[in-house]
Amino acid sequence: MEANIAIPSDGKNTWNGGGVRPFGASYGKMMMWFFILSDALTFSGFLAAYGLTRFKFIDSWPIADEVFTHIPFIHGEYPMYYVAFMTFILIFSSVTMVLAVDAGHKMQKNKVAWYMFATIIGGLIFVGSQAWEWNTFIKGSYGAVKTTDGKILQFARDGKQIALADFVVGDRMDERVQHTRKNGLWWNKADETLPQYSVAQVVASYKADPSIQIRSEEINLDEKQKILLSREKGLAELAKGKMVVEGANLKVNEYGNTIFADFFFFITGFHGFHVFSGIVINIIIFFNVILGTYERRGHYEMVEKVGLYWHFVDLVWVFVFTFFYLV
Amino acid sequence: MSLAHESNVKRIWMVFGLLSIVTIVEVGLGIVKPAILHTTSFLGTSPLNWIFIILTLVKAYYITWTFMHMEGEKKWFRRAVVWTAVFLICYLVTLLLIEGGYLYDTLSPLVRW
Repeated sequence: MEANIAIPSDGKNTWNGGGVRPFGASYGKMMMWFFILSDALTFSGFLAAYGLTRFKFIDSWPIADEVFTHIPFIHGEYPMYYVAFMTFILIFSSVTMVLAVDAGHKMQKNKVAWYMFATIIGGLIFVGSQAWEWNTFIKGSYGAVKTTDGKILQFARDGKQIALADFVVGDRMDERVQHTRKNGLWWNKADETLPQYSVAQVVASYKADPSIQIRSEEINLDEKQKILLSREKGLAELAKGKMVVEGANLKVNEYGNTIFADFFFFITGFHGFHVFSGIVINIIIFFNVILGTYERRGHYEMVEKVGLYWHFVDLVWVFVFTFFYLV
Repeated sequence: MSLAHESNVKRIWMVFGLLSIVTIVEVGLGIVKPAILHTTSFLGTSPLNWIFIILTLVKAYYITWTFMHMEGEKKWFRRAVVWTAVFLICYLVTLLLIEGGYLYDTLSPLVRW
């Protein structure tokens, strides 16, 4: 048995790879790097799949800065400012993390603790912002009509997209009301939310107001803008209307291709889960720092290792930001 | 590890400034979308997209080299991680994007707008 084990592993250093340092890196740090490598490949798999799908629907993909236009507490359209703010927060929390690592090398316990604390706060602000983004995206901002052949029809006036609420008038005409346990089948839980307007109501309002135009999903590839249909063509498309869509979920998406919403939830969700787990790990390490665990151990390498993970989360966001919001 | 025990505080703030400036430039270009960069085409996509991709790689380089301290690791450890990732990601992205273009060419004639 002894002959098969290069280094005795029954000592206190078992979790440290027995003190072997190939390439001058400790066991833990090296494994963190290879974990990051495999995680990077997972993320690139998602982003490459996003790229494939986008190339497949290159003539109808939603234009990102028409989708993400909101800032909390402020009305109006501000494309990208909020995502830019989130990016900034994450970069800044990366800076405080690296400052914590730097203070750790100098064995400055209090400084490490404060910088870790700042990093955790930054992470929480980021995850909170992402939750807000999801909420805004799920609720939707304009509303649209989905046709029987699966196209999304949006509405515009003077070339600018408008919400259903801006022009739809009259009553529903289909007599439908939201199903609840009180007015329907008591043993059925309330099923999906009934949209605010009916298709017939939207069609009637479209006919009544000649200034309304239909905005198709199709992109004019020379101008990179969505094509507005003529009134007659719009009415023909609208006649195929199947349902009113408000907001986005895994089945329908008022902004265009449903798979755009699927990728949004999947990629930003997977990243958000990484941020969340990073915060949890940071909190554990933060308490270890306060309790003096690393002071007694004589080095702050654990801070360096979770730092690597935290920087990786930032690194991934840089790519998600570019390929989801910018390109 | 050679640089590990020196203080890098000044350099960290320098890199933070650089990353911030790059992000501001990206967002600025993304909002303004100058027509000359946005609606023209260069090597398969618009020059604006190429600018975004290059600036992203610049940011990725600084995060990995400075914040994750790759510059201080042994040369072949660094290469084991970075070359593996760069090679596999380039390979995957190339194949999938070619496939996506093929799907568009094949399927889009069947869609009536």
